[in-house]
Amino acid sequence: MIKIAVLVKEVPDTWSDRRIDPGTKRVDRDGDVVIDEINEKAVEAALQVKESGGGEVTAVTMGPKNALDAVRKALAMGADAGIHIIDEALGGSDALQTSAALAAALGSRGFDLVIAGNESTDGRTAAVPAMLAERLGLSQATFLRTLTVKDGTVTGERMTDDGHVEVRASLPALVSVTEQIAEARFPNFKGIMAAKKKPVETLGLAELGIAAGDAGGANSWSVVETVAAKPPREGGTIIKDDGTAGQKLADYLASAKLI
Amino acid sequence: MSEYRPPISDLMFSLEHVVGYPAVAALPGFEHADLETVRDILTESGEFMADAVAPTNRESDTVGAHRNDDGSVTTPPGFIAAYDAYVEAGWGAVPLPEEFGGGGFPRTIGLIIQEMMLSANMAFALCPLLTQGAIEALLNYGSDEQKKSYLPKMVTGEWAGTMNLTEPQAGTDVGALTTRAVKNDDGTYAITGQKIFITFGEHDLSEQIVHLVLARTPGAPEGTKGISCFIVPKFLVNEDGSLGERNAVECLSIEEKLGIHGSPTCVMNYDGATGYLIGEENKGMRIMFVMMNSARLSVGMQGVAVAERAYQQSLAYAQERRQGLAIGAAGKDSAIIEFPDVRRMLMTQKAYLEAARHLMLLNAANVDISTNHPDEATRTRADEIVGLLTPICKGFGTDLGNELTSIALQIHGGMGFIEETGVAQHYRDVRIAAIYEGTNGVQAADLVGRKLGVRRGSSFTEYIKEIGSLDKELAKAGKGFASIRTNLAASVDALGKTTNWMLRHGLQDPNSILAGSSPYLRMWGVTLGGWLLAKGALAAAGMGDAKLAEEKLVLARFYAEQLLPQGVALQGAATAGESDLFALDAAALA
Ligand SMILES: Cc1cc2nc3c(=O)[nH]c(=O)nc-3n(C[C@H](O)[C@H](O)[C@H](O)COP(=O)(O)OP(=O)(O)OC[C@H]3O[C@@H](n4cnc5c(N)ncnc54)[C@H](O)[C@@H]3O)c2cc1C
Repeated sequence: MIKIAVLVKEVPDTWSDRRIDPGTKRVDRDGDVVIDEINEKAVEAALQVKESGGGEVTAVTMGPKNALDAVRKALAMGADAGIHIIDEALGGSDALQTSAALAAALGSRGFDLVIAGNESTDGRTAAVPAMLAERLGLSQATFLRTLTVKDGTVTGERMTDDGHVEVRASLPALVSVTEQIAEARFPNFKGIMAAKKKPVETLGLAELGIAAGDAGGANSWSVVETVAAKPPREGGTIIKDDGTAGQKLADYLASAKLI
Repeated sequence: MSEYRPPISDLMFSLEHVVGYPAVAALPGFEHADLETVRDILTESGEFMADAVAPTNRESDTVGAHRNDDGSVTTPPGFIAAYDAYVEAGWGAVPLPEEFGGGGFPRTIGLIIQEMMLSANMAFALCPLLTQGAIEALLNYGSDEQKKSYLPKMVTGEWAGTMNLTEPQAGTDVGALTTRAVKNDDGTYAITGQKIFITFGEHDLSEQIVHLVLARTPGAPEGTKGISCFIVPKFLVNEDGSLGERNAVECLSIEEKLGIHGSPTCVMNYDGATGYLIGEENKGMRIMFVMMNSARLSVGMQGVAVAERAYQQSLAYAQERRQGLAIGAAGKDSAIIEFPDVRRMLMTQKAYLEAARHLMLLNAANVDISTNHPDEATRTRADEIVGLLTPICKGFGTDLGNELTSIALQIHGGMGFIEETGVAQHYRDVRIAAIYEGTNGVQAADLVGRKLGVRRGSSFTEYIKEIGSLDKELAKAGKGFASIRTNLAASVDALGKTTNWMLRHGLQDPNSILAGSSPYLRMWGVTLGGWLLAKGALAAAGMGDAKLAEEKLVLARFYAEQLLPQGVALQGAATAGESDLFALDAAALA
């Protein structure tokens, strides 16, 4: 039976316009939040591994109070347990700090496989999985669009710019998965009710053994210098047909590297 | 991404702060249905409806359901997959008894799941809704054996159910039905006759369809006193629960209709089909009455649900469509949402929607109190309130369904009239809700004919007093609430006076109160709506959330100042009596 940890995260609902708060220079998380879609898929991948060969899935999140919803969703989908890393002092952590906190939480628990989404839809650093693997000393296989675990080995197709490569790693390992990995199942009513009885552990700075002087935005390694709103969308290019429209259109598409 | 967004935060606000759901969750039997669990369930079921059901809505309309030559019926594309997923997710079972595999949740929560499913696709949702009606009849009146053999699979949704009342000569007047039930030697009955307009009478979503059929035994008394209710399964059920022989029931044809094209409306032929009596002979109407409250509330919710979907669409359109320049605006043109008249249309939809949703949930919460409260007097009173609110929810809710979808269409301008936009579908789909499950005229007649007389009118007058008692809180709430207070007081006053007029005239001159029954029902609806929005605004003011407080206050004030006054204005119509209605004979009306 393999022990799987899957990383989940709450992000602003894609319905609400995502915004960066110019004051704190952080993603504004005031609006509706939902579990990041990529994480739902990661949970689905974890559950499929569990269903194919037996195992136990723990959903791990780091974030404020409502981040727990992401864990609850994973539990409702079928994960067995949850870990919620929560501490006010952790607010504003950068990727390095986040990976350190996650590593502290996962470190001694003997997970065979850690599954993460390749990048979150809000911060989009796409760095945490690799950093976490490094910190935990796990082999890593990132950007997988398929995933199979068999006889102590994880295999999958890793997406590259030109196609994919087959990769293989022996357990324990960390993988990150892309959107193509799986369609997430809908949690069902029984799953939601069962989730209420599943254990969720809460960890703060003290439990993690992280010094206050290392935690949170004030002590982060990376600093956001400035933020700028995305420029308003410009009007599209209109090509009038004077007999050469076909050629102009082709040139335009070529210049945009679309053909 | 789905075009439907479940209004979870509005729903949670209504539950927690307006209709008193925390008291429901505290009742014996509902301890597991706390607000946090409810939020999880609504969030997930809402997401399910938006992602798995809502995308079927367009083709549900454009392709529709079809009857094949062999009598089978094919539902629109996507229905089978969505239905299977619905069964797998178990949403239908949430409010049903645990004994039969349900979740044991309050009706209130079940009603919200229905709302979201109806918004996602009304035609699709009718299949589970009818099944729920049949389940309730069996729960209340079925024998233990009947419950055991039918309920578990109906609760999961693996088996669907239907309600067979209507015949060509027996619509509103159910008592005129002629389908016959003759007792066989083995205690079963042979059912023979034709039913029309049977929703999901035949389809390909479930392996079994359990028809509940009203019929008459030989020599039964005339009218509603001689009606019995039978279970007629599409396939006979073997001893071991497996499906056996095909029963002698078939779908002869399905109707072409204005809306809900995805829902097959069937002519059903029973040709000596095997039926099993529910309860006793001639007691069929009693069974129907039990279900009626429940089904009528669900139909009222259809009005809200479809109007909500149409509202969301019109709000998006109002922000996209640019036309002309609004006063004070810069640039080439403005989004039409910048025009006051478009704003009026949007605010009217939003305020009515919120008011009507509160009203539906208030009714449902009272259903839950009437079934689960430990104190008998409280249960009885809640049951009276359900009796009062049900025809109002059905009538007012579905009238609003028509009005608000019409407004949503209007916001689309010419494109609203063009089918491609999809907004016309909501307008057509919701139109049936004011007609079936007792036309809205029948609801108004029920309100003044059956319900008004309860305890010689005290049931009504006590409730009007309760509504009026909010005045004390409004008086303390400050200037922002002043116009809400005056308008609500005026409306409550008019409702009280009209009720007294009805009570005075009802006995000697029943026709005069029937004449005013529809405006009277509307007075109730708009007054209850104003009361509930005011309650919401008061609650929001005390929550320490300035944005929410402002939102709820503006909505309640807009409603109180601009929609509620019709309550007072309708007093004249409600108390005019029948004389002018009958002053011109049919020839003069030509
Ligand atoms: C799409 C669709 C689905 C349906 N699904 C089902 C179903 O699943 N099962 C089922 O059994 N039936 C179903 N029905 C039938 C539906 O319930 C009836 O059509 C409805 O009850 C009205 O009956 P009617 O059509 O005979 O109208 P009528 O009774 O002829 O009514 C015509 C008009 O007269 C008014 N009227 C009639 N009697 C009175 C009165 N006493 N007082 C005041 N006004 C009155 C009505 O309000 C209405 O305006 C469905 C109908 C449709 C169109």
